[in-house]
Amino acid sequence: MTDTTVLAPARGVLDQDWRKIVNYGLLLALAEVFIALANMPVGLDDFILIEPILSLGYVSLLWLPLLLGYSIGTEKVLEGVTSHAKGAREVVAGACVGLIGGGGVSGLVLLLDNFDLRDPLVNWSPQLLALLAFDNGVGYGVGVWLAIGGGLGLLGGSMHLIAPLARRVVSTMVLAVVGVAVLETILSDIAEDLFLEWLADWIYFIRGGVSLHGAATVAVVAGAYAVWGSKAVKGAKASYQALEGVERKQANKVSIAVVVAATILLPLVLGKITNELLANVGLFLLLALGLNIVIGLAGILDLGYVAFFAVGGYTTAILTSPNRGDSWPTWIPQVWWVVALMLVIVLAGLTGLFIGAPVIRMRGDYLAIVTLGFGEIIRLLFLSDWLGGFTGGAQGVTNVPGVQVFGLANVRGTDPRAVFYLVAFFCAIAIYVSWRLEKSRIGRAWMAVREDESVAEAMGINTVNVKLLAFVVGAVLASFSGAIFAAKVGSVFPTSFIILVSIVILIVVIVGGMGNIAGVVAGSVVLIGVLGGPKQPGLLQEFSEFKLLIYGALLVWMMLKRPEGLIPNVRRTRELHQDEFLQDAWLKGQIDEGDETGDGGEVAPA
Amino acid sequence: MSGERLLTINNLSVTFGGLHALRELDFHVDEGEIVSVIGPNGAGKTTFFNMISGMVTPTSGEIIFENQSLIGLDPNQVTARGIARTFQNVRLFANMTILENVMVAQHCRTKQGLWGALFQTSSFKREEEEIREWGEKVLGFFGTRLVGYRLDQPASVLSYANRRRLEIARAMATKPTILLLDEPVAGMNPKESEELTRLIGELRSEWGFTIVMIEHDMGVVRDVSDRVVVLDHGETIAQGSYEEVSTNPDVIEAYLGRPAEEAS
Ligand SMILES: Nc1ncnc2c1ncn2[C@@H]1O[C@H](COP(=O)(O)OP(=O)(O)OP(=O)(O)O)[C@@H](O)[C@H]1O
Ligand SMILES: [Mg+2]
Repeated sequence: MTDTTVLAPARGVLDQDWRKIVNYGLLLALAEVFIALANMPVGLDDFILIEPILSLGYVSLLWLPLLLGYSIGTEKVLEGVTSHAKGAREVVAGACVGLIGGGGVSGLVLLLDNFDLRDPLVNWSPQLLALLAFDNGVGYGVGVWLAIGGGLGLLGGSMHLIAPLARRVVSTMVLAVVGVAVLETILSDIAEDLFLEWLADWIYFIRGGVSLHGAATVAVVAGAYAVWGSKAVKGAKASYQALEGVERKQANKVSIAVVVAATILLPLVLGKITNELLANVGLFLLLALGLNIVIGLAGILDLGYVAFFAVGGYTTAILTSPNRGDSWPTWIPQVWWVVALMLVIVLAGLTGLFIGAPVIRMRGDYLAIVTLGFGEIIRLLFLSDWLGGFTGGAQGVTNVPGVQVFGLANVRGTDPRAVFYLVAFFCAIAIYVSWRLEKSRIGRAWMAVREDESVAEAMGINTVNVKLLAFVVGAVLASFSGAIFAAKVGSVFPTSFIILVSIVILIVVIVGGMGNIAGVVAGSVVLIGVLGGPKQPGLLQEFSEFKLLIYGALLVWMMLKRPEGLIPNVRRTRELHQDEFLQDAWLKGQIDEGDETGDGGEVAPA
Repeated sequence: MSGERLLTINNLSVTFGGLHALRELDFHVDEGEIVSVIGPNGAGKTTFFNMISGMVTPTSGEIIFENQSLIGLDPNQVTARGIARTFQNVRLFANMTILENVMVAQHCRTKQGLWGALFQTSSFKREEEEIREWGEKVLGFFGTRLVGYRLDQPASVLSYANRRRLEIARAMATKPTILLLDEPVAGMNPKESEELTRLIGELRSEWGFTIVMIEHDMGVVRDVSDRVVVLDHGETIAQGSYEEVSTNPDVIEAYLGRPAEEAS
C-alpha cells in the first residue's frame, strides 16, 4: 500500500494524539499487571527459552510493550485520506506507551513490596516480587521496568522507520526463535524420529531452552526464509489463484492427494508423543466437523453438543466393557466395537431427535440456552442413581477394550498411531459428508434457513425438518468421536463430558472459520494441537495452566479482528463484511448499476 | 376470461392485540385472473398476503384453495400447495448466489435426501440438473440480467430493480399456481416498471400463473388488472374493474382522507 500512495510529510514529534497514547499506555499497564497476577511470569519462569538469558516467564511480560509500541503508530490507510510518512513521532509515541506500561509494572512492584494482598489475590507472592525486581531490590526493579517498558515501546515504534522487508525479516526471526524454543519437546521428539538428533542437540541446550548459537542459527534460517522463501510461497499461491476451471480442479486434486498421503505417511515416522497429539486433534476435529454442520451450515447455535459425544462414549463403553454394573442381568453384552458403533449411531440419532424436537422451533439465544441445559442434563443422567447401575455413576465405566480391526490391530490408547488412523478414517467420512451435503438440496436449504428463517419457510422449506436433520447428522458425527474416545482412553467418566468440551469445540469452529472445512481443520490443529483440549495436553504443555485464559483472549481478539475465522467461508465473510465486500465488488465493476436503459445488466465483469 | 375458482376467502378477520388489521374480509380469485389489491398505507394489504401465505394466523374466517382449507397450514405447506409470494421489503438470501436463490426455492418440488447426496446416486444427479435448469429458465424470463456470469454472484450485489426481479424469479421457481406479488414495481423508474408490467402480463399468458398483486402505482394497476380490490382499514370498500373503482367516491375518500368526525 505504502509504495503506491503518495505520503504527506511526517508530522511533528509533538503533534501527538495524547489521549490515544494514554489509553494505549493504561491498557498496556493493566494487561501487564493482569498477566503478572495471573501467575504467568512465575509459573513460566522455569521454562527457559534461550539459555541463559531469557525465560518464558519474562517473555510473557515483554511482548506486549513491543506490540503496542508498534501498533500505536499504525493507522488505517484509507482511500482519499492523506496519510503521513512515519517518523520520530511514531517512535516517541511508542516509547510513551511503553513507559506508561512499564510504569504499571513498577507500580505493581512497589505495591507488592508494601502491601500483602495474598488473600484475594493468590499469586501476590514474594516470588513474584523477586522476579519483577530481578532479585535486586525494589528500587532497581522499578527503574528497570520503566526502562524496559520505554525501551521496548521505542523499539516497537521504530519498527515503522525500517523498510517493510526488514520489518518482515526481524519479525520472522523473532517469531521463529520463540516458536522453536517453545516447541522444544515436540520438535526434539520429531527430530529424533527423523534421525536428526544432531540438529536438535545443536539448537537446544541440554537442560531446556535454545542455546545461543542455536538461536542464532534459527534466526539466520528464518531471516533467509523471510527474504527469499516467502516470496516463492506467495508466487506459488498467486499462480494457483490464477488457475481456472480444469487446471484449478487438477491443482486441487493434487493438493488433496498430498494431504492424504501426508496423513497416512507422517504418523509412521512420528513418535509416540506427536501421534498422541495428532489423535487428540483428530478426536476434536471430528467433533468440530459435526458442530460445523449444525452451526456453520444450518446456523443452529448448539451449546450442548457434548451430549452426543457423551452418548457415543458411554454407549460404546457399556456395550464393550466386561465390567458389569449392578443393574445388568447376569448377561453382559461385551460386543465388538463395530457392532456397538451401529447402536451408537442409532442412539445418537435418537438423542438428537429427542433434544432437537423441543428446541428446534426456538430461535437464536433461546435455543443456545436450552441446548446448554440439555448438555448438562445428559451428563447428570449418566451420573445419576437412576442410570448408575449401567453407567457406574461417578466411577464411570472402565476396562473398555480397544478396537479390534480384523485381527490386524487392536486400536487403543497405548498405540496412539493406530488411534490416529482410526480417527483420521472417521474424519475423512465427516469431511466427505459435510462436503457432499453442503452442495446438495439439503445444504442449500440449511443456508437459506441460516440467512432468513421465515423467508426460507415461505419459500417452501420445512425448516423444522431440515434443522432437525442438521442436528441429527451433527449428533451422529459427535458420537463417532465419543466411541473412539472410549476405546482410546479405556474408560469413560462423567467428568470427561463437561460443558467445557462444548465450549472448546465451539471456539475451535469459530476461530477456525465457521462453515469451512479447511477452517475447522486449521482451528483444531492450532487450538487442540498447540494449546490442548479441555483435558488433553497440547504442544504447549507449559501453558496448560493458562489454557483457558489464552482461549478466551484469542476468542476476543478474533471476534474483534477477524470474526470470520482463520480460513473463512466465503459466504460468512460476505455476511460479516458486507460493506467492504460491496465496495470491493464496486471497485471491480461487478456491482449492478441498475439499468436505466431497460435492457442493461450485461456489463462484463472486470 | 377467468376459469375455475381457485381461492376463496370468507369472512376473514385478523387482529393484532386490539388492532383490526383485517375485518370480515371476502375475496376470491379465479384461475388465470390478475387481481390488484390497492389501498392507502396501513390498510392491511401486506397482512392480507401474510395471512394467505400462512405467516399470520387469522382470528376467524376461512381460506379455501383448490377446495381445501389453508387455515392452520405452515407457510411451507401453503407454498407446497401452490401459492408463492414476494416481499414488499425485498428479502432475498443475500449471501447466496443468484442461482442458489432460485434453486433453493424448488425445495418443496424436489425430494432427494441424505442418501442421494452422500452416494451421488444417478437420480440425485438428475434432480440437481433439473433444479439448475428450471432455475436458469425462470431467471431467463428477465432477459440477460440475471444469467451468465451473474449466476454465481451473491444476490447482494444486484441493483434494487434486479433484486425485485430476482424475488419474482424465486417465487416462480417454486412452481406455484398463484403468485402473490407485494408491490413489484416499488422503487423502479418508469421505464423499468413499464417493462415489468408487460412481464406480469406474460406471467399469465405464457407461464399460466394466476396473479394477485399489491400495487400503489395506478398506471401499472390500470394496465394489467382484470379486477381491482380496494382495502381500507382492513375492509373491502370497493371492487370491480379499474374504471369502476377509480371513480368510486368511497375510494377517492379513502385516498384523500375523510371528514374529521368519522376518523376519530
Ligand atoms: N405483526 C404485526 N403485529 C402488529 N401489528 C401489525 C403487524 N403486521 C402489521 N401490523 C399492523 O397492521 C396494519 C396493516 O399493516 P400492513 O403492513 O398490512 O399495511 P399495508 O397495507 O401493507 O401498508 P403499506 O402500503 O404501507 O405496505 C398496520 O397498522 C400495521 O401496523
Ligand atoms: Mg404492505
